[in-house]
Amino acid sequence: MTPPPAETLRRTPLHPAHVAAGAKLTPFAGWEMPIQYTGIREEHLSVRRHVGVFDVSHMGEIETRGPDALALLQQLVSNDVRKIPVGGAQYSVLCNESGGVLDDLFTYRLGECEFLTVTNASNHERDLAWFRAHAEGYDADVLDRRDDFAMLAVQGPEARPLAQRLCDGPLPPRFHCTERILAGAPALVCGTGYTGEDGVELLLAPADAPPVWDALLAAGAQPAGLGARDTLRLEACFHLYGNDLSEDRDPIGAGLGWCCKETTGFIGSAAVAAAREAGPSEKLIPFVIEWPGIARQGNAVVGGGVVTSGSFSPCLERGVGMAYVSAERTEPGTRFEIDVRGTMREATVARKPLYQRKDT
Amino acid sequence: MAEASYPGDLKYHAEHDWARIDGDEATFGITWYAQDALGEVVFFEAPAVGTTVSKDEAYTEVESVKAVSDVIAPLSGEIVAVNEELAATPETINEDPYGAGWLVKVQLSDPSEVESLMDASAYEASLE
Repeated sequence: MTPPPAETLRRTPLHPAHVAAGAKLTPFAGWEMPIQYTGIREEHLSVRRHVGVFDVSHMGEIETRGPDALALLQQLVSNDVRKIPVGGAQYSVLCNESGGVLDDLFTYRLGECEFLTVTNASNHERDLAWFRAHAEGYDADVLDRRDDFAMLAVQGPEARPLAQRLCDGPLPPRFHCTERILAGAPALVCGTGYTGEDGVELLLAPADAPPVWDALLAAGAQPAGLGARDTLRLEACFHLYGNDLSEDRDPIGAGLGWCCKETTGFIGSAAVAAAREAGPSEKLIPFVIEWPGIARQGNAVVGGGVVTSGSFSPCLERGVGMAYVSAERTEPGTRFEIDVRGTMREATVARKPLYQRKDT
Repeated sequence: MAEASYPGDLKYHAEHDWARIDGDEATFGITWYAQDALGEVVFFEAPAVGTTVSKDEAYTEVESVKAVSDVIAPLSGEIVAVNEELAATPETINEDPYGAGWLVKVQLSDPSEVESLMDASAYEASLE
């Protein structure tokens, strides 16, 4: 497999910093991104035990603003947007009319009529087109803000104390966001992340990202790549679009019914309500493999189903993953087999999350 | 092993495998380049002794956190020994790819195949 030439890939403002730090760079969703610096396991454990910083500037941003911004978003995303206070954050999915998942999103409410939605890099352009296609008749503007922001995720048990030392005011609580000056730069500081650890995410002007990155490293954060980000989110049982979520799966089977409020009438809500009522034929479950063996995305579940995410877990030190299995085999403790390239590996349905941080 | 190294006493296959030839027997492993590209190896399940391997074809797999990678046989023959230690300490493949990180020993079925392999300088040049 030959990656496309690097010059066709987008680069974040931190590309020179990644090269200087000795990162292995890899194409990801049209971007040249650091997959690892010192090693996935080491970076993963740094985030679990101390603090790591990820460049997630490949993620996109869509701003929705205007008198009807709330009404427009309420039509688009699955969660109840009215429940987001100004300065709040909310997770949701974006569905098509048949309830298939187009993306999973965090939306921040910056003002009464001003929202910023963070998209997955691979879906940004489709999401933007979808937002705009449904904006007709609403007194609201849909703005592509992807090129206006770099994004850093500072994650781990020491992330908040570290960020606080660099910040001019109190950090926002979990699922909130606040404008602050951090390491000398204006930042939208968000109490969010996707690692299963506490921490903050920083939305910055691209030109400010390199000095803020340097300040975070100088303060003790370990640079962490997309490899560790994937194993961390998997241990936390957070979904990855393209693996665990797709247009062919509805949010109920994916275990995301909690962020779907069908009474709001969002696009796809009728299909989601029907799926909830009928019960899904297949559900996404976390699993562990009785060592040895590591299942990977695409491996078949014997008797029906498929692994959508599979990796080695640095914390559990064994193969773990998430798989869609038939609804009658989802009880934790249920054993099943996975066909790992011709070798049958015994797996057990686990409880969410696969890794639970100690302080909660 | 942090620095790239390609010992002169080994023969190399373009798919980043090495062979240490000893008469009509050879020891196989993966090169420094291969282990570096793969990242930390977290799982290696040795093939069974007695398995036939064919030059240029996959005979086993090594897995890092992120990915599984086929290992290509540099020469043909039958596996006569496997490195059992790697089941417990697969990271040895990273730490000592040409020594304790060897994978299998093979009784060669056609020792003349050795002629088609590269020496260290040719292999190193192929990485440029």
